Amino acid sequence: MWNALISIVFDGLAYAMILFIISVGLSVTMGLMGFVNLAHGVFAMAGGYLVVSLMSHVGVGFLPALAVAAVGVALASVLLEHVFYAPLYKATELDQVLLSIGLVLMATAAFTYGFGPAPVSIRPPEFLSGQIDLGFRRFPTYRCFMIAMGLLMAAALWLGFERTLIGAKVRAAVDNRRMAESIGVNVDRLFKLVFALGSGLAALGGGLAVDIWGLSPNFAIQYLVLVLIVVAVGGLGSIKGTFIAALVLGVMDNGGKYLWPEGGAFFIYAVTVAILLIRPDGLFGKGSG
Amino acid sequence: MRDGLHSYLRQRHRVRLWELLPWLLAIGAFFVFPDYMAFGTQVLITVMFALSLDLILGYAGVITLGHAAYFGIGAYTAGMVSAHLHWTEPLSALAAAALCAGGIGAISGLILMRYHGLTLLMLTLATAIMLHELANVYEDVTGGFDGLLGIKFEPLLGLFPYDLWGHTHYWYALGVLLLMFVIARCIVYSPFGQSLVGIRENVQRMHAIGAPVYQRLVIIYAISAAMAGAAGGLFAQSNAFVTLEVLSFYRSGTILIMLILGGVGRLYGAFVGALIYMLLEDQLAKLSPEFWEFGVGLVLVLTVLFARDGLLGLVSRTGRVHS
Amino acid sequence: MPSFFIWMSSIALCCVLSATTMAATVKVGVVLTYSGGGAEFGQQIDRGMSLYLKHHAEAFGGHEIELIKRDSKRPGGDIAKTAVQELITRDKVDLLTGFIFSPNAIASASLATQGKTPMVIMNAGTAWIPNLSPYIVRVSFTMWQSGYPMGAYAKEKLGCETAAVGYTDYPPGKDSLEAFQTGFEKAGGKVTDTVPIGGPREVPDFTPFFQRIKDAKPNCLYVFVPAGNHATAVVKTYTDLAMAQAGIRLIGPGDITQDTKLQDMGDAAVGLTTMHHYSADYDSPENQAFVKAWKDAYGADSTPDFMGVAGWDGMAAIAHVVKTLDGKVEAEAAMNALKGWTFNSPRGPIQIDPETRDIVQDEHVHQVVKEGGRLKIKVLETIPQVKDPCKALKIGRCAP
Repeated sequence: MWNALISIVFDGLAYAMILFIISVGLSVTMGLMGFVNLAHGVFAMAGGYLVVSLMSHVGVGFLPALAVAAVGVALASVLLEHVFYAPLYKATELDQVLLSIGLVLMATAAFTYGFGPAPVSIRPPEFLSGQIDLGFRRFPTYRCFMIAMGLLMAAALWLGFERTLIGAKVRAAVDNRRMAESIGVNVDRLFKLVFALGSGLAALGGGLAVDIWGLSPNFAIQYLVLVLIVVAVGGLGSIKGTFIAALVLGVMDNGGKYLWPEGGAFFIYAVTVAILLIRPDGLFGKGSG
Repeated sequence: MRDGLHSYLRQRHRVRLWELLPWLLAIGAFFVFPDYMAFGTQVLITVMFALSLDLILGYAGVITLGHAAYFGIGAYTAGMVSAHLHWTEPLSALAAAALCAGGIGAISGLILMRYHGLTLLMLTLATAIMLHELANVYEDVTGGFDGLLGIKFEPLLGLFPYDLWGHTHYWYALGVLLLMFVIARCIVYSPFGQSLVGIRENVQRMHAIGAPVYQRLVIIYAISAAMAGAAGGLFAQSNAFVTLEVLSFYRSGTILIMLILGGVGRLYGAFVGALIYMLLEDQLAKLSPEFWEFGVGLVLVLTVLFARDGLLGLVSRTGRVHS
Repeated sequence: MPSFFIWMSSIALCCVLSATTMAATVKVGVVLTYSGGGAEFGQQIDRGMSLYLKHHAEAFGGHEIELIKRDSKRPGGDIAKTAVQELITRDKVDLLTGFIFSPNAIASASLATQGKTPMVIMNAGTAWIPNLSPYIVRVSFTMWQSGYPMGAYAKEKLGCETAAVGYTDYPPGKDSLEAFQTGFEKAGGKVTDTVPIGGPREVPDFTPFFQRIKDAKPNCLYVFVPAGNHATAVVKTYTDLAMAQAGIRLIGPGDITQDTKLQDMGDAAVGLTTMHHYSADYDSPENQAFVKAWKDAYGADSTPDFMGVAGWDGMAAIAHVVKTLDGKVEAEAAMNALKGWTFNSPRGPIQIDPETRDIVQDEHVHQVVKEGGRLKIKVLETIPQVKDPCKALKIGRCAP
């Protein structure tokens, strides 16, 4: 019984960390700029494919490939933001939805063209494979690695947002954009920075996810709903919220599947509805206004 | 004051000549493209679905990613009355589909209309997906993934049998669409409809003047759900087959995209958006079955960048430039 | 005078030309998922079809084949149905083929009957599909063909007294579950737990499901997941949870050891025992030629799998029809030509059952071994000419 509980929590944790890393960027950009970017999953997908290409064609190791993918996608996203997103900051949410879905479709077809429709996979390095003995139980090494990465990123982001000047500016702008602008914060420039950071993180998450979730050109569409759920349940613009939401959803989803597999994906959606009915702004979201 | 409002509404309500255009085109299409009527029927059904979405999105400002739930409820209702209850009269089955969807729309609207923005979006999304899962669990009743078979309907009005070319279904769908459109138009140009626009534009002010915002939203949501259900019922009847896909997120998402493409809040945006999107998808897929999504995506992106307010917005802007 | 000759010779030339083009072009409507979640399957079948056309043009009796390809996009049935309707009425195809997802085939069956167009199914595996129309022939498989004999084999030869079944929650999974359970329990085994393990679209995290199964301690775990990334994840999760060490043997239909995914599974897959009708590693001369042609055409890293061979065999079936009927394809005659048709496929000898119009083929017990640094499929045993047990035993909907 205890064994089962530990398994559920552990696997839920690993699953949640990937969700967190991929989704946190979307939460902050949506909270900061109110921009509905449904194409966020494309960055995760691009990161995944970049890792796969680097490892199989260039022979780069897994960890360096992750780093390169994160930075590469972050830089590319700056260009994307300038061309497609910047003209639409003042546009309606509907237009933003149309744009981002259009980008998703284009990306899906482009990746199908470049990599073929079949899913791709990677072989993680030896030191990340197999099992690790934590004393009381053995756990799969790769999932431990995922958890470690997630916690590391969460800590780094928290420090960055709570303890640095830029972080303070972002928090101020999320709280009350007009006030922040009136005291001299250049919100547009801040947004570009945050956008790039979020995309880079998504790419990192995508690279990490290849071994567990697999990767195909449909990735961006497949995981769109999940990412949106994490962001909405956590509350826009809140790193803590995204983290907790990912944890809750990850563990509940795993628990649900263990206890009642016939229920399928019911749990995640039921939990989402329950949370949103009671706390419409998410667990840690700011109120409207 | 009252006279002013009524005369203004009557003036807007007046049918303008160019409004006949889409109907003439639809009738004309039958004679020019008789071999594409199966596709044409699906386009008409999608237009109806988009129209239902426009009522709440374009006029009441309610953004939903779960409208396929009502489409699916309508489809399964029409399908199941035939497959399980062996009821084969099509028009009454269609009415049943609309009523069921509308009823469930009213009930869900009572809860959902208390929320707005991203919260409402996610709530509609999550509930639609749960309905999809439910339909999968009860596959003995719904047919599940492999679909509901055994849907058979009598000839329409006892006179018009269904053929391989889909001709009867086309006229049937066109007739129902006309009816739905007339209803939608009347709603939109009525004082009720105007108050919806008020709710969309400035909900605080509507509250301030004492308008029953919540009640109005629930009503229009139910009507919209009923219309979506009618579209779903037609879908079941024309395809004689219903799968879980009618409830899918994909369907909810694409209908939203089509409406935005055409232009929200203009009723005819539903026609333009649905037609253009489906034509694009169909023709591009024939050209390149593997990569057609790129073309569709490109059109969407270009529309946003150069034609804010959708394609109809572009038309009206050019119209204004010339006049 | 010269102008008269020019006229006559032109007329003669026209007659000759039209006579050669009288070796009519046969139009084949191909309905596959070329985009979206099923795109990789569409590609495999398409490749198999094209390869056969390229290498065996002579099998068509001098007739040209025009493939009209339509993307069915999603497994909802409606798009496939509209496409089929257009193919029949507008493009006036002589034959229909393709159909990856069962709902698409199911939706189109009535049109095949109404339009009197033969339908050669290249994948859709729900067992009772051929019952839906007298003009349907299937060259792929049914889940029962692999699941039912595997049930018996697991009890009798693999020593599984108890088995848990994990299956993806959609019809092929349920079919496979029912097939295995029927076969297994008939042989005296006991199925301890049947666990739906997520849906066919996204690859779920299998860990909670497998953990639950592990806690119940069965001898064997029979898993069906759709071909593709699911299979790799299954094997990885099986290893991550150290289930082999816990004494649970992993078995299943060949979908979980699909050729295209095998190498990615790593050493964890060694010892896996599955039952299927095709592997690229079979060493018959037909298969070796097929695999070589495939690699030459599509790259040394690519490999055919059961979908690729279905495309190949489906084309062979169509060639047989076209040649036998000399290009004048008509539904009843086509069915008569295909009933009882036999062929030396790369998968082994196949035939079309005249009663059910479904495929009859050998089922092989596969075991994954490592040879020369690569994973390979070794055939342990062959069960010859298996007819679909669901229809043979008239179970549920399979009864005519």
